[in-house]
Amino acid sequence: MTGRNKWISLGVLAVLIALLPLFFPSGYYYRVGALIFVNALSVVGLVILIGYAGQISLGHAGFAGIGAYACALAPEHLGLHPALALVLGAVVSGVMAALIGKPILRLKGYYLAVATLGFGILVSMVLTNERALTGGPDGMNVADLGLRSLLRDMGWRLSGGEFWYMICGVVLLVGAWLALNLFDSPSGRAMRALHGSEVAASTVGVDVPRQKLRAFVISAVYASVAGSLLALQNGYITPDVAGFMHSVEMVTMAVLGGVGSVLGATFGAAILTLLPQVLTVFAEYEQLVLGLVMVLVMIFLPQGLLPSIARRLKGRDE
Amino acid sequence: MMSKTTTALATLAALGALTGAAQAEIRLGVSVSATGPAAFLGDPEAKTIEMLVEQLNEEGGINGEEIALTLYDDGGDPNKARTFATRLVEDDEVVAILGGSTTGTTMSILSVAEDEGIPFISLAGAISIIDPVREFVFKTPHTDRMACEKIFTDMQAQGITKIGMISGTDGFGASMQAQCKEVAGDHGIEILADETYGPQDADMTPQLTRIRNTDGVQAVLNPGFGQGPAIVTRNVAQLGFEIPLYQSHGVASDAFIELAGAEAAEALRLPGTALLIADKLAEDDAQYEVVTSYTEAYKAKYDQDVSTFGGYAHDAFALIVDAIARAGDSEDPQAIRDALEATSGLVGTTGTYSFSPEDHLGLDLSAFRMLEIKDGDWLPVE
Repeated sequence: MTGRNKWISLGVLAVLIALLPLFFPSGYYYRVGALIFVNALSVVGLVILIGYAGQISLGHAGFAGIGAYACALAPEHLGLHPALALVLGAVVSGVMAALIGKPILRLKGYYLAVATLGFGILVSMVLTNERALTGGPDGMNVADLGLRSLLRDMGWRLSGGEFWYMICGVVLLVGAWLALNLFDSPSGRAMRALHGSEVAASTVGVDVPRQKLRAFVISAVYASVAGSLLALQNGYITPDVAGFMHSVEMVTMAVLGGVGSVLGATFGAAILTLLPQVLTVFAEYEQLVLGLVMVLVMIFLPQGLLPSIARRLKGRDE
Repeated sequence: MMSKTTTALATLAALGALTGAAQAEIRLGVSVSATGPAAFLGDPEAKTIEMLVEQLNEEGGINGEEIALTLYDDGGDPNKARTFATRLVEDDEVVAILGGSTTGTTMSILSVAEDEGIPFISLAGAISIIDPVREFVFKTPHTDRMACEKIFTDMQAQGITKIGMISGTDGFGASMQAQCKEVAGDHGIEILADETYGPQDADMTPQLTRIRNTDGVQAVLNPGFGQGPAIVTRNVAQLGFEIPLYQSHGVASDAFIELAGAEAAEALRLPGTALLIADKLAEDDAQYEVVTSYTEAYKAKYDQDVSTFGGYAHDAFALIVDAIARAGDSEDPQAIRDALEATSGLVGTTGTYSFSPEDHLGLDLSAFRMLEIKDGDWLPVE
């Protein structure tokens, strides 16, 4: 990806985020938009891990859970401001990722998938069972960020939906910008090199375990921030956020949109967030349709929707 | 090529579904967990409300206005529930919301309803939904605390003072466990053993053995729902316990007796609603008419037995219909809320509801009936 491409990707994203509200017939669309951005943020993290470094994780919802519960617990027990709690959650997630990443990133393929899956399930079990702290499966309240009322005092009235649409949109843009920067940085090149061949990468001096760990930690922080944003915007959080299906959903979004491309991943997140909303009329078939879309994409567009479509539009053959 | 067409179709479908909004007289919104882990709650709830709306519209609606129902399935996911609640309020512009099958989904819908000033009747059990009282939030099921009190009252009558508890770690079991421990002292009950099990566990023999080995335990109480209590019941029978077993209202359905086996469930007691003994209610019972007409209509339409959970939805619907009829203005959520709070003596399947500004549940202990399983059937305990 050249520097020009990076700015095109960011530009497209920024224009979409800024202009879409012009077409929103009601406040509900801001909510859906904010959800898409939150999902897209964690998927951008997975693009770094899966798309750049070629490592798989089926446990990233665990980090989203840590981020979400940091925002719920830290203000209550430590008296931290929710915004600081988000940072704390990101730090905890990063440290946790570094600690568990060291041993489990030695694993490859299925083994790595199973190990990360185990981590995700562990987090979700702790959140479910530590009732005294987390409220158990019924979940707990999350303190208000306070920023919205601050803006209101300054004379800028925003509905909850509009506010979170804006916040999540900005955070996604920053996240996408960082991920796109990483792509062409020395670390990004090293990650992509080890994706191609670990042996080849190490012979040219890439510190393979270190780069893998770096990708894992960065993607964990993305997932954690996304989890925090979700908790703050919902005002209520349950252990579902760390559930196994949430992890699978994230990977599906990444793969569907195009796991090597930041814009594609955002596109995948948008589709998978929108589909359940669109399919409410035949909710029973939702899983069926999702599965079908996934299978068709894997068979006909193995690189994901957006990269494959972009390639065809450019007239190049696959 | 094929995939391109699929994408194009999906996009078209997206545009179509997102722009179409229902236009009708009284717009009522529902979000329940008809699929997913809480489907045993949400499925009968959704079916009940669909059936009742159909019935009401055939009979001419409320004051001549028909009900336009928008029903979403949140799959038990609180995040989805919040999105659907937002959609119901902002996009479908409903005047009232029913639903929230679980405590988690209820808490998510609740904040939207409070923010936007839309009356919301929850179908979930936790006491935290209505305590503290929130202006726009009501609920139909008994609280866990009431179930505990009902059970402890019955224990007191039996002269039981020392018990062992074994609770599920799911939301229902955990919440009821905490509530029971809180009110046990008020009834002179001492909890000597306090065990738990995971919702997916297949054997509770070790926990039950520990309870049996605790000196002085006179009865076992098992707060929980789903398959757990059935396994506990079987294990209790296998271990040859000679002390009584109490279950919670969470398993008050015929399916539970089938799952546990009539033999193992014999003589077990639990607090349940009139719905479970619909065929044994006396004709002069206050709930006779409402319970019989609901069970018969449900059975005729779906060829399934009613459950307590469908009953919660039935009552929520009856409450909102009654409130809208009295509110005078079916377009004004505030007027409907005020009418709802003024509900007095409405007989439902769960009990008789009377709301007040301090009480948004409106049931008392008399709504519960102590039931005993005898030869695979429910019998009221006098």
